[in-house]
Amino acid sequence: MTDTIDRSEDASVLDRLVVRFSGDSGDGMQLTGDRFTSVSATFGNDLSTLPDFPAEIRAPAGTVNGVSSFQVHISDHEITTPGDEPNVLVAMNPAALKADLHRLEKGGTLIINEDAFDERNLEKAHYTSNPLDDGTISGYRVIKVPMTSMTKDACEPLGVKPRDAERSKNFFALGLVSFMYTRPIEPTVEWIEERFGKNEMVAGANTAAFKAGFHFGETTEAVGHRFEVRPAKLPAGEYTSITGNTALAWGLVAAGQLAKLPITLGSYPITPASDILHELSKHKHFGIRTVQAEDEIAAAGMALGAAFAGHLGITTTSGPGVALKSETISLAISIELPMLIIDIQRGGPSTGLPTKTEASDLNMALYGRHGEAPLPVVASYSPAQCFHAAIEAARIALKYRTPVILLSDGYLANGSEPWQIPDVDSLPDISVPFTIEPNGTDADGNPVFLPYLRDPDTLARPWAIPGTPGLMHRVGGLEKEDKTGNVNYTPENHQLMGDLRQAKLERIAADYPETEIVGDEDAEICVLGWGSTWAAIHSAVQRQRRDGKKLAWIHLEHLNPLPNDLGDKLKRFDKVLVPELNRGQLCQLVRGRYLIDAQPVSKVAGLPFRTREIEAAIDAARSAR
Amino acid sequence: MSDTAVNLTSKKDWASDQEVRWCPGCGDYGILQAVQQLMPELGIMPEKTVFISGIGCSSRFPYYMNTYGMHSIHGRAPAIATGLAVARPDLDVWVITGDGDGLSIGGNHLIHALRRNVNLKILLFNNRIYGLTKGQYSPTSPVGKVTKSTPFGSIDSPFNPLSVALGAEASFVARTHDLDRKHMMETFRAAHDHHGTAFVEIYQNCNVFNDGQFNDITKRSVRDEMMIDLVHGEPILFGAERQRGVMMGSDGFLRIVEVADVGLDAILVHDRYHSFPSLAFALARLNTDDHSPTPFGVFREVDRPEYTSAVANQVAAASESKGPGDLADLLRSNGTWHVN
Repeated sequence: MTDTIDRSEDASVLDRLVVRFSGDSGDGMQLTGDRFTSVSATFGNDLSTLPDFPAEIRAPAGTVNGVSSFQVHISDHEITTPGDEPNVLVAMNPAALKADLHRLEKGGTLIINEDAFDERNLEKAHYTSNPLDDGTISGYRVIKVPMTSMTKDACEPLGVKPRDAERSKNFFALGLVSFMYTRPIEPTVEWIEERFGKNEMVAGANTAAFKAGFHFGETTEAVGHRFEVRPAKLPAGEYTSITGNTALAWGLVAAGQLAKLPITLGSYPITPASDILHELSKHKHFGIRTVQAEDEIAAAGMALGAAFAGHLGITTTSGPGVALKSETISLAISIELPMLIIDIQRGGPSTGLPTKTEASDLNMALYGRHGEAPLPVVASYSPAQCFHAAIEAARIALKYRTPVILLSDGYLANGSEPWQIPDVDSLPDISVPFTIEPNGTDADGNPVFLPYLRDPDTLARPWAIPGTPGLMHRVGGLEKEDKTGNVNYTPENHQLMGDLRQAKLERIAADYPETEIVGDEDAEICVLGWGSTWAAIHSAVQRQRRDGKKLAWIHLEHLNPLPNDLGDKLKRFDKVLVPELNRGQLCQLVRGRYLIDAQPVSKVAGLPFRTREIEAAIDAARSAR
Repeated sequence: MSDTAVNLTSKKDWASDQEVRWCPGCGDYGILQAVQQLMPELGIMPEKTVFISGIGCSSRFPYYMNTYGMHSIHGRAPAIATGLAVARPDLDVWVITGDGDGLSIGGNHLIHALRRNVNLKILLFNNRIYGLTKGQYSPTSPVGKVTKSTPFGSIDSPFNPLSVALGAEASFVARTHDLDRKHMMETFRAAHDHHGTAFVEIYQNCNVFNDGQFNDITKRSVRDEMMIDLVHGEPILFGAERQRGVMMGSDGFLRIVEVADVGLDAILVHDRYHSFPSLAFALARLNTDDHSPTPFGVFREVDRPEYTSAVANQVAAASESKGPGDLADLLRSNGTWHVN
């Protein structure tokens, strides 16, 4: 075995590869997929991942409900999706085979832990006959490996008990796949040492299993030919592999730095948003305070209280949490303070599909409050782009003194991709000054502070924080009088304040760059997207145009207010298709707003679009007359 | 007034220019007066002081204080105030709430603020009725209370606010009432001086929807026999001649006794600093109804770690050990590779 990359002469070159690791929740499939991803990233492939796991921490072992999978797409060219169909499926037990075999491409490679196919496991997966013998897996290139026993054998010399050794079988699988697809092995060996070094026995067992898997590939004819996926030609620079939630958390850290403000995060644990709380809790040396609140409402309240005090106040959650925070968000709109509400969307309604993705909170973000309560909505569209989306949301919140909802989703949150690390000095300054002097005079000519006297350009009100002498003032949810901020219930004032809140929102669109049309401006069809559908639309647009079919694409980062030029741009096209992981929420909005016959392309299956699903919708629209 | 405090301000510096809009005769006026009169004596400045309230009659309070303030949403003041205090431990943060706001819709935030021991001074105006919604029973209304929403009498068992606070690990628990400005000021001062969450229940009369609720305890003619003034380190005595007292029986229960029957040595001595909350809890439940003697004053005051200081300490410790955060380093912390 070489110590770096095995570039054996006989490895055939693939331009891309999709591998799906599938096993029981306790089998360590997420870890295995993560390692394969990291090694490929370091190797220089472009990549995209799709972790797919149940909401239960440990569903009954061996059942289909307990199957946890990790799909990774690596390539030597730019890619954006985790791949429609795996080329390789690693099935650690019968349940994994049952859950995922239908996803594998025809003729694809199936790597099976045959030790797990005993009577008991077959029964748990509700197989009435053994799929390894009954024709179920004919039509695939099958590699059956007794992974469990080989792992035990490999660990035996270390004195590891067989029951403990069995836990390392995921590393055997990783070793085997690493051999088959010519992945470097040293990074994984080093990583095992770093991660498990404190427990010598575990580190030893994992390393032994990993090497045993690799050697098995080398020595067994069944594995046959090796393949390699060469590094992608990415723009020169320094890269890291990043998930959406990490990128979003780092974007928030950056926003605090760029705003020159300390951050206070109020958050209540919820899937799939908790990782942002975890990540920010690690970075207290950036002046970040994190509070795990008693509930979602308190988490929003803490963020708003911190905003009143002069911090960048943030709350992170998923759809059910946004519903609970609604009243606090309305208060933030009334008292016109900056605040970020981060919604990592998941399948709904109610508890829905906590670990599966969906983009069905758009209407709630836009409209889910009592009264006329407009607020800006920003949507991130790729894992790495979550970094910039967080900064953009904070910029708007601070400049216009308004709560902002930032939408991400479960697919972006847990999916990863290579990210060219930006130059920190190129990031925008989003700081805004606190008000420290009186801004008006009373009838007698004495200086006074008018908390609702607005900036004429942005219509933002002054942000004067406690501790500032002479600017003491009271805010609250009762309707405020223009300029003075005193309680005022008169009809004229309420009309005016409602008009001002709406006008302030509309001012925000003036900051947007011109809406970009990707592809052919003279196409018949324009695809209008937002959020994580970016990946599948991107691939579909590439393929269609490669096939010589004209197509245009607009992808929105700002959902409220919509760009001022959007209506005119959409009206240039005969047909507008709006793919969404909901039942057509943006589509309804643009139909009503612009009086265009936009058509929804809807999916609410808890999974991202496949490229071919988008392509099929485009082709159908093209042929419809 | 404490020895070191200097009056940098006067009472009028603490009153806002807003017209007070409570019903004439409301107990809230007395509480506002007590707070505005106390503030200069605390030696603090209006710009460093914040009043946060929820929703209800009492929650209009911040509008009348010339400080920073927020009239927030129903029940959420302790949560909002927690965020504010975590961000700015340098501020004096007061929470104004009521029996409905604090113990019904906001019960969860109240108990968690107390549990965390956030440096907040929580004044709960208890009038045992929903006033702003015009007279429904509240979580402190007694069983049988006839209101608009309980025409046949309330069938809900009420909360004892002090029991709730003590059960939530409150480090400072006190009770006062709206007719005694001096006692309110003393109690609020003790609350202010406590480093941690201070919980003060104020018996407050709603003269429109629940007039005279506390008359049997606090009106002048019955006070001597019905109010027990808790003084740390002194025997718990009351009555016009201080002829009655509180004794702990061999069964561990508290009893009202005649001093003449048991002797002064048998009377319980109040210890507000006791580390165990049992005595404070027993005293909080001494009055089983509105016709039995009721203790007032500070029931419990103990030192335990204060939340905002703990948060600040963690931030400081992290900055000390790691140095100030460097964004460029953070973005490289998960490993990187170069593409040429």
